Amino acid sequence: MLTLKCPYCGVQACETELSPGYEAHLKRFGPGSSDDDFETYLFTRPNVKGVHFERWRHAYGCGKWFLAARCTTTLEVFGTYSAQTPAPPAEIIEAIKSKRPDWSPET
Amino acid sequence: MSNAMSVLEGAVSTGFVTVRDAGLTGMVSVRADLTDAATVAALSSCGITVPVVRQIVDGVAWMAPDELLLVTEYADAPALAQKVQAAMADTHALVHVVSDARAVLRVEGAGTKEALAKLCPVDLATLAPGEVRRTRLAQVAAAFWLEDAENAQIICFRSVADYVFGVLQMSARKGSEVGVFTR
Amino acid sequence: MSFRLPSGGRLIDRTSELKFTFNGRIMRGFAGDTLASALLARDQMLMGRSFKYHRPRGVVASGAEEPNALMNIGEGGRFEPNQRATTAELFDGMAARSQNHWPSLEFDVGAINAKFARFLPAGFYYKTFLYPRHFWKYVFEPIIRQSAGLGAAPKEADADTYEHFYAFCDVLVVGGGIAGLMAARDAAADGKRVIVLEQNGHWGGRAPVDGAVVEGKPADEWVSVTLQALEANDNVTLRDRCMGAGVYDHGYVLGYERITDHAPANDVPRHRLWRIRAGHVVTATGALERPLSFAGNDLPGVMLASAVRDYVVNHAVAPGKRTVVVTNNDDAYRTAEVMVNAGLSVPAIIDARPSVDEALISKFSDLGVEVKVASAIAKVKGKDRVTGVAICAQDSNGSVSTTIECDAVAMSGGWSPVVHLWSHCGGKLTWDEDQAMFRPDPNRPPTNQTGEGFVSVVGWANGEIDQGDIAPVWIMPQGASIETRNKMWLDFQNDVKVSDVQLAAQEGFESVEHAKRYTTLGMATDQGKLSNINGLAVLADALDTGIPQVGTTTFRPPYTPISMGAIAGEARGEIFQPLRRTPMHAWHEKNGAHWEPVGHWRRPYCFQQPGESVEDAVNREITNTRTSLGLLDASTLGKIVVKGPDAGKFLDMLYTNMMSNLKPGKCRYGLMCSENGFLMDDGVVARIDEDTWLCHTTTGGADRIHAWMEDWLQCEWWDWKVWTLNLTEQFAQVAVVGPNARTMLETLGGMDLSAQALPFMGWADGKIGDFNVRVYRISFSGELSYEISVPASEGLAFWEALMEAGEPFGITPYGTEALHVMRAEKGFIMIGDETDGTVIPQDLGLNWALSKKKEDFLGNRAHSRSHMADPTRWKLVGLETVDGSVLPDGAYAVADGHNENGQRNMIGRVTSTYYSPTLDRGIAMGLVLHGPDRMGEVLAFPRVDGTVAYARIVSPVFYDPEGEKQNV
Repeated sequence: MLTLKCPYCGVQACETELSPGYEAHLKRFGPGSSDDDFETYLFTRPNVKGVHFERWRHAYGCGKWFLAARCTTTLEVFGTYSAQTPAPPAEIIEAIKSKRPDWSPET
Repeated sequence: MSNAMSVLEGAVSTGFVTVRDAGLTGMVSVRADLTDAATVAALSSCGITVPVVRQIVDGVAWMAPDELLLVTEYADAPALAQKVQAAMADTHALVHVVSDARAVLRVEGAGTKEALAKLCPVDLATLAPGEVRRTRLAQVAAAFWLEDAENAQIICFRSVADYVFGVLQMSARKGSEVGVFTR
Repeated sequence: MSFRLPSGGRLIDRTSELKFTFNGRIMRGFAGDTLASALLARDQMLMGRSFKYHRPRGVVASGAEEPNALMNIGEGGRFEPNQRATTAELFDGMAARSQNHWPSLEFDVGAINAKFARFLPAGFYYKTFLYPRHFWKYVFEPIIRQSAGLGAAPKEADADTYEHFYAFCDVLVVGGGIAGLMAARDAAADGKRVIVLEQNGHWGGRAPVDGAVVEGKPADEWVSVTLQALEANDNVTLRDRCMGAGVYDHGYVLGYERITDHAPANDVPRHRLWRIRAGHVVTATGALERPLSFAGNDLPGVMLASAVRDYVVNHAVAPGKRTVVVTNNDDAYRTAEVMVNAGLSVPAIIDARPSVDEALISKFSDLGVEVKVASAIAKVKGKDRVTGVAICAQDSNGSVSTTIECDAVAMSGGWSPVVHLWSHCGGKLTWDEDQAMFRPDPNRPPTNQTGEGFVSVVGWANGEIDQGDIAPVWIMPQGASIETRNKMWLDFQNDVKVSDVQLAAQEGFESVEHAKRYTTLGMATDQGKLSNINGLAVLADALDTGIPQVGTTTFRPPYTPISMGAIAGEARGEIFQPLRRTPMHAWHEKNGAHWEPVGHWRRPYCFQQPGESVEDAVNREITNTRTSLGLLDASTLGKIVVKGPDAGKFLDMLYTNMMSNLKPGKCRYGLMCSENGFLMDDGVVARIDEDTWLCHTTTGGADRIHAWMEDWLQCEWWDWKVWTLNLTEQFAQVAVVGPNARTMLETLGGMDLSAQALPFMGWADGKIGDFNVRVYRISFSGELSYEISVPASEGLAFWEALMEAGEPFGITPYGTEALHVMRAEKGFIMIGDETDGTVIPQDLGLNWALSKKKEDFLGNRAHSRSHMADPTRWKLVGLETVDGSVLPDGAYAVADGHNENGQRNMIGRVTSTYYSPTLDRGIAMGLVLHGPDRMGEVLAFPRVDGTVAYARIVSPVFYDPEGEKQNV
């Protein structure tokens, strides 16, 4: 029963107020894309053990989608941030590195 | 408006707090970028001030960064919507009456926070009056705010008004007081 | 024999006598008794039968860890099995029954199992699978089924109510003993918001029993003073009879408050589940004493040493007149002292340690108690209760040196901290060699959202246990024979013995988790609170390794079982689930609605008239609508408004067909696909003005599609200027359907509804009667149809006005089944019938709705994947049975031959099937291999009963294929 702070309305929401949206920062492939790219977009997920970027919706609250950086094993939350972000922002990367020095965005 | 009927038809239930149908209530949804100067100006021309995050002030409730709920008399909602719509004609905005999509209930009495704390994952001890909390009420979405320590208003979807009344009635049964906030 | 002492008892009130029944016999106890203490006071030592061997069992413990004294308590709607007599507070009128025996507690046929004990070793259940199959079916299964389960299942609905309560605090203290109250006091002094949970009805834990002095005051007095101070602090919430049941992620803790178990009442919730979010959790959960493993350690009269003194001090109940104490540590000597002080006889303390502090020995010798050092119990004597103990040397193989007569045995194998709550969310343990126990490892706490430890442990739970010197003794005597080890119980409730764990190790179940499941050690309702450490030690010894190497099994919440009612909370009966009602719900109910659940909505399936069957009602509704006039409550359909300069572009991405070129005032049917290309929703879109569209969705789709829209707008195309608003519940919507629809509406006066003013697939705002309406000329039935929306608050009045105006035309309300049959007669697909998450528009012959003009829409790219473009995908056709009967729903069409799995080859399946009163025959739609190319072919559909239905492939449009009736 985790809690996440909604970056839009500021509520520290409990899991029962949220709905999960799986991996964040997927790049959409549409018409004209290769079969491989399209397959990757639709189905291929790394199923990370450790630092993970994911989508959540404050479904029972302000209704906004937001993104979270979270450790899948300890449930430590490094930060939540706007969904209108193509890649994790610098301060989130910093926050992760301060807790997980061995982690880098490429891993 | 003689055809319009409140979904709870004036229901009242008395337990350790009173749960009652607040009756037909006028509501207008405004979707617009609330940080945009043109939006703020257009709203201001209608006498509407955008409240700070999660507050309700003078019948204007902050629901999301791009959503306000205007609360007024039921009969006044269509005209209010038209007025706001007209003022925002040149900005990117969506304005619509939602009075009939929702039900408004009141909870009244010293145990108000307690009755709500049985249903909502919200820290009622620190929730200040005038803060709109959109949350889960038992199994449905709802928004509520405390007017003061003993009075709350709850807005839920119309179709589940009976359910919300039912769970509040259950939570407010005499004999089920918890005794946490009323010390 | 066990009995009540003439004086004493810190928890009982001798002036308040309570009457209760046990197995139908009337008994009396005092306020403050538990069921266990009240039974012991009446010399009722036999309290139950064990699970497997039906051994006679008495109470072992005095608290939540009790494995034996499980009772059926209550009657009728308040009956509940498997309640621990040690934590069941006595009340006037309590009705308790013992469990797991037949015909009676004293004479139990199942006890014969004990005679066959050698055939029921560890893993016997699994071993039964190895025998020939018929053995399992005819021999083992009937026997196991007969004997499975402990108490009886309740027969009546629960008479009580339950609820949840959400609470928040800075510091949550679990456990109201000395350590817990000190932690609460400190936190409160720091200005923290504090909640303290105590599982019992009294505070202070064991300290008052053991005569502790705290900060210069006797424990009882200290507790009372401290509680007063805490109660006076507004930042502190104290709850007794409330157990910390489980610790979860991010400081979430469940508290299980038993409000009326000690005093049943009608108007008060029985249990309250506290859903607490704590910044920090302090567990002050104390410790549990371990039994010792010696032959016959399960006989009634053998109890934990601490429990013996609990009963004497708290309830003035003596388990026996002559009590032998057996121990491996100093702490059990307290029991001997308590007994002697109460005027009871302690013939000996059997101490397994090779040497004991001389001062201790002489102190007890002065009290008249002989201390037998380096000694062990070879065997407990007695059949249904203790009559004596045979003594031997601990380092022997069990040759008896002497025998002592006694009627009770108080045993202590040392103490184990209650680490459960520390461990629930990942806190790790460390083995303390000196004290022979696992204790919380402060360096590896459970961590929260910030990555910091959020649980700390204080007092005995942290291993700060005042048990003096202890020697690890896991079986006694050390060299016990196999026959003896076969009589040493580890897990009392599940009947697991030392020999069983050793057998498991011998058979290769070396992992502690495997050995647990193979032997069922620790798998009973007490979850091994008494047995785990002793079992681990035996396993470690059998594997010739250390206890920390073996490790513990996983601690899972709840700490002790909690009621299903508490978990459900308020969600029972009428408010079990939210039930969504349309504005006309009450009218439907009054007028014979036969309900169908559609998501959380209730929609009328049909409206039954008096004496009418459901089938007849559906047929009447269809015929009446097709020939004159019908009325459908369509309020549940989703209505989402989409507005903005980019709204057209957005809808072109969402729908497979074009929506941007729809003219204001017009409607268009549209399809939505997922990115996988599968059909996910459909509905009619109306263009309201230059930058506004209203999208209708299916009943189940409203919230899902609205969320889907917001997902794309917020997460992918956030620079597009589009707003959405879900107006589903703002409007009541009524479909006025049938050849008389226009004529009837015109009698109400108002707007022009002629074909010229409002043609098919148009919409208009206006007035009907005195209602402000929006009218859509759309049809899902194939008839002349107006779908009319009014504000939901006026829905009922509008519906009633239509019913009144329709009376001269014989208007009939119709339900969802008539709707389904009429759409099927027209060959219209239904999301959820023709689609199942694997169907693409092309399968349904909906290629016309896939825009060729658009470069992109959701699902478009997927449609060109090889499997989607496969020409052998099954395609939609109509199916007409040769004999006019109705095809079974979901039936498969078979072809010759078998597939690689040996199954019959299949070439199609039925997706919708109905009796059509219009055509007086069965009609169906289905997906068939090369279907549209096989018109006229007859397919075979085997029925479940072995017969075969034959159906001809036809066009799916059975009725009015030219669409002349809807477009008038």
